[in-house]
Amino acid sequence: MPRATWLALCLVLGVAIVLGLALGPVPLSIATVWGALFGTGDANSIAIVQTLRLPRVALGIVIGAGLGMSGAALQGTLRNPLAEPYLLGVSGGAAVGAVIAVSLHLTAPSLLPLAAFAGAALAVALVLVVARAAGARGDPRILLMAGVVVGAFANAAIMVLLAGASDDAVRSALWWMMGSLGDATWAGTRWIALYVAAGGTLLLFLAREIELLALGEDPAAALGLDVERATRRAYLAASLLAAVTVAGAGLVGFVGLVVPAIVRGLGARSVRSVILGAAVSGGALVVLADVLARTARAPAELPLGAVTALVGVPFFLARLRKMT
Amino acid sequence: MIRFEDVVLRYPRAAEPAVRGVSLDAPRGALTAIVGPNGSGKSTLVRALLGRLRPERGRITLDGAGLDTFTRRDVARRVALVPQREEPAFPLVVRDFIALGRFAFGGVWSGQTPADRIAVAAAAERTGAAAYLTRRSDELSGGEWQRVRIARALAQGGEALVLDEPTAFLDIAHEMGVFELLDALAREGRVVLLVSHQLNLVARFASRIALLHRGTLAAFGPPGTVMRGDLLERVYEWPLVVSRDPAVGAPVLVPLRHRAPR
Repeated sequence: MPRATWLALCLVLGVAIVLGLALGPVPLSIATVWGALFGTGDANSIAIVQTLRLPRVALGIVIGAGLGMSGAALQGTLRNPLAEPYLLGVSGGAAVGAVIAVSLHLTAPSLLPLAAFAGAALAVALVLVVARAAGARGDPRILLMAGVVVGAFANAAIMVLLAGASDDAVRSALWWMMGSLGDATWAGTRWIALYVAAGGTLLLFLAREIELLALGEDPAAALGLDVERATRRAYLAASLLAAVTVAGAGLVGFVGLVVPAIVRGLGARSVRSVILGAAVSGGALVVLADVLARTARAPAELPLGAVTALVGVPFFLARLRKMT
Repeated sequence: MIRFEDVVLRYPRAAEPAVRGVSLDAPRGALTAIVGPNGSGKSTLVRALLGRLRPERGRITLDGAGLDTFTRRDVARRVALVPQREEPAFPLVVRDFIALGRFAFGGVWSGQTPADRIAVAAAAERTGAAAYLTRRSDELSGGEWQRVRIARALAQGGEALVLDEPTAFLDIAHEMGVFELLDALAREGRVVLLVSHQLNLVARFASRIALLHRGTLAAFGPPGTVMRGDLLERVYEWPLVVSRDPAVGAPVLVPLRHRAPR
């Protein structure tokens, strides 16, 4: 991807950050935001910017980066431009893991992502087993179908888990299943950022292998790749990223679908540059979607996952039409 | 050299083996061809070379050592293989595509070394792909695409080249171009093992032909011993004659109509 395009992507992210800090139920001018960042101005603005919006924007960047990178890696690994963690049931599995952890009061910000990862890994295993039973492990369409079904199963499992819970718990869980950055705190965001950085670094190391997997199993093997091991590793790293985002912000679908496609459309070719570009533009997209969620019907807040789905579903359908 | 010794191959959960006791070898400096009807086991032998299918019986050796004693990377450095079908999920620039041939030589992170660049440039030059290095893989014609794939195999730098139907869907000029290239590569001392349906071309270019029939070896030898009407008629289950081409003197297979034309 040309350097100018990278700069433009970073610029878009910068604009998204500024909008994320300035817009909301209480709109602030850029000058006020700037002052509040350095602790000058009225106490109210300082509180809004420093304790509410800054961690929220930071979490949005991290979540978007994680989802974008996860989607980029899954699309390469499965040779399918429609693959993404939400549609593959990975996020759903992560949500089950997280809900179980929460119901066991394991809510430490360091532990929740790991519980979500356990759930995601289980969902991945289930999807692969189901797809293999259907006789076509290599057929991406079957994998996607298995993913959607496992995702539905995960949703049902969460509903069952919530059956006996209090109304408040159900409401907050539902809110979580629709995705939200509303609970962003610095303590939580730090851990999510750490896990996303770890998973992202892992993916960048695996990028060469994913490049080969995207050619197909036989060509990849001919070039010297251990296809089974590489697929497993890429899948696990992508699931880790997706699971961490679920632990941080609930189910946010379609970011992993849209973002790699945009980056490819901008001219990124190698898997490594698609992953990096997806990290930057994923962050921008989620922050912007969150601005929309906060302002569209203020003071009420829309679920973030609903906003990304409203953008992502038409995109998915358009891609599907182009493919068939 | 590549050698199959009494190899039996069976796909997972298949009732019958796809290849039952095939022995053949592809030496250096010669073009060896595998031919046979659809489903006779040609591509299965190639998949076994890829390590995607382990022999149930018998063994496959590279220069005398068992295939299973090599890692996938070691195999890729010795044997470059061009699989039958390949469609990248996402288009790549030709230069980057050929550079993927160097995967087995690189580290996890390392970029291209000078040796990689030299190998890629030489492979592109050799196959004619140098003329369109900056084009995208989805913008190439069928003939260009096959050349790019062969270039990637050459960039792997090994002494053996295995190709599964490299001229499928190619017109006469591109098909002849590929055969001439493979012939030249073989004459330089490489092992060239080729799966093909083009019996007439194979008869002109290959030094030995392995004829497969329902997973067994029906014949293995120089074109003169394999290109026999009775043998091919039995294997392909279609009436045919083998004559001699008046222009080049090579045996030519001509399939017959069931009914004589009016």
